[in-house]
Amino acid sequence: MIENYFPIFIVFIVAAGFTFVSLIMTHILGPRITNPVKLMPYESGVDPLAETRIRFSIRFFIIALLFIIFDIEIIFLYPWAVVFKDFLSFGSFIFFEMVIFLAILVFGYVYVWRNGALDWE
Amino acid sequence: MPLSLLFYFAALIAVGSAILVVLNRNAVYSAIFLVLCFFSLAMIYLLLEAYFLAVLEIFIYAGAIMVLFLFVVMLLNLGREKALPHFMKFQRALSLMLVILFFFGVSLIMVVGSGELHQPTIKFSSGSVYALGEALFTKFLLPFEVASLLLLVALIGTVYLAKRKI
Amino acid sequence: MDLLGFIIILVKVLVVFAATMLTVLVMIYLERRVSAFMQGRLGPNRVGPQGLLQPIADGIKFMMKEDIVPAGADKPIFILAPAILLIPALMTFAVIPFGSDITLFGRQIPLQVADVNVGILYVLALTSIGVYGIVLAGWSSNSKYSLLGGLRSSAQLISYELAMGLAVVSIILLSGSLKLNDIVADQQGYLFSWNVFKQPLAFIIFLVAVYAETNRLPFDLSEAEQELVGGYHTEYSSIKFAMFFMAEYANMITAAALTVTLFFGGWDFPLVDESSLGILGTVLSVCSFILKMGFFLFLFIWVRWTFPRFRYDQLMKLGWKVMLPLALFNIFITAGYLTVRALV
Repeated sequence: MIENYFPIFIVFIVAAGFTFVSLIMTHILGPRITNPVKLMPYESGVDPLAETRIRFSIRFFIIALLFIIFDIEIIFLYPWAVVFKDFLSFGSFIFFEMVIFLAILVFGYVYVWRNGALDWE
Repeated sequence: MPLSLLFYFAALIAVGSAILVVLNRNAVYSAIFLVLCFFSLAMIYLLLEAYFLAVLEIFIYAGAIMVLFLFVVMLLNLGREKALPHFMKFQRALSLMLVILFFFGVSLIMVVGSGELHQPTIKFSSGSVYALGEALFTKFLLPFEVASLLLLVALIGTVYLAKRKI
Repeated sequence: MDLLGFIIILVKVLVVFAATMLTVLVMIYLERRVSAFMQGRLGPNRVGPQGLLQPIADGIKFMMKEDIVPAGADKPIFILAPAILLIPALMTFAVIPFGSDITLFGRQIPLQVADVNVGILYVLALTSIGVYGIVLAGWSSNSKYSLLGGLRSSAQLISYELAMGLAVVSIILLSGSLKLNDIVADQQGYLFSWNVFKQPLAFIIFLVAVYAETNRLPFDLSEAEQELVGGYHTEYSSIKFAMFFMAEYANMITAAALTVTLFFGGWDFPLVDESSLGILGTVLSVCSFILKMGFFLFLFIWVRWTFPRFRYDQLMKLGWKVMLPLALFNIFITAGYLTVRALV
């Protein structure tokens, strides 16, 4: 089984090799004539104003938090989906197991929605 | 292919990147090295033939949790943090002591024990996802359902954070 | 593993890699050419016959350009970010079966680089790594446009990853396996055994999510030219700039191949049993796969000039308030249907 993963290792070497070789190539081949104005970050032709790494909206943070929670939920669904058909021969409990799991989460989802955490003003 | 060689390679990266996580002053670099650490852990899981766990490590830890970490680091604008204040001295001494204790423990096991790495016994040679599903939905059904409650609590916590309007 | 096995793997890896890069070049050419025809222009037609060599000329030009790292940028991360984006994008195709088995040198060779048992999860896991390239490119550039573009894009990617993952679950329910081979085998037979007819809702959700995941119009808010200049790659030049595009096109290729594999029977040619035809069957299956994939690649370009761009709040609303509940509903219906069918 583990040898099935061996080609992926080679694919990684080829992909990484290609990427880094082209990075090095452009470093060697490209000219290098810099001046302060060229190195200035682009800001529609105006000299950059104020600090760039500003604090940004809490919304992105909330989205990332919600994403983790639902991502974990999804990863639970995969083993369930794989065994689902086989377990059906023992009755419908496999269906209701997941219904309970999802019902609790849907409750949370509705709560999140009602409280406006999904809104993006 | 000598698999133990691959293990040492992965373990070396794991330990090295973990040390770099701690030593880096720049929080963004620390986060990147932590992702690298997760990748090497995933490789170790692969070598243990725990395929689903390996993917999970990347999918959840590297793909989701570290994205949040990176967002937080960027949100707090810690990128250009100056040297840490001096009141961390106590923590430093404590951590050093713990590290020494840990190494002492590990070397004790290596000296007193058989000195050989135990080969894990592989229970399910094929279809580890299937085996996991089988166990999860019969034997460990209650923990599974409780996990959804845990996620619900996390959701409510998120809403609480969102409502505080930081 | 013997030497012949190793050589076969190596050949497969290199052929797939070369084919991917060639498709990237063809797609870049076609995108400009087809866009031009749709707008009544000519498009690139000077380099080579019909301008066919234009992408190669572009590639050489990118190599020869100055490699600028803007002042105040975080240099190591700035250089690493396009690599982090491109490497997973080039790796995802490895698990996709692109033809029926072929018998060469007295052994059966599956036309798939790596037949891993986590199958589809491998693709999803690697897709989630691409986010780093974007977020780090935005952060390290020290430009406001880059930062905003990177943030927008990463939030968009993670939002639509959920819908994508959930849409795939309903396919797994039908096939009972994560292996893409089994999913293809599950759809063999007549035309209506393709998953698109069994799971139309999952298909629509998946397709929309794919457009968001590849940052294509109508979801290309991260590089909305009118608002954010170039988005997260505003500050990039030379081959690093090209890498963002290579990654985008490589992701499009994988996305099209995945759509075909999950919903359109993979390499299956309807009503024909490929394995009984020998080498001819393999050729037929590969052609069928390329044809289907080509259609979805063309669809990417077509959609680009058909739909207007979303607004960012609309995009997030669609992802979280429409796609997510719809995908959950679809899983519920599918599982419910299977349960009722099994018990009655």
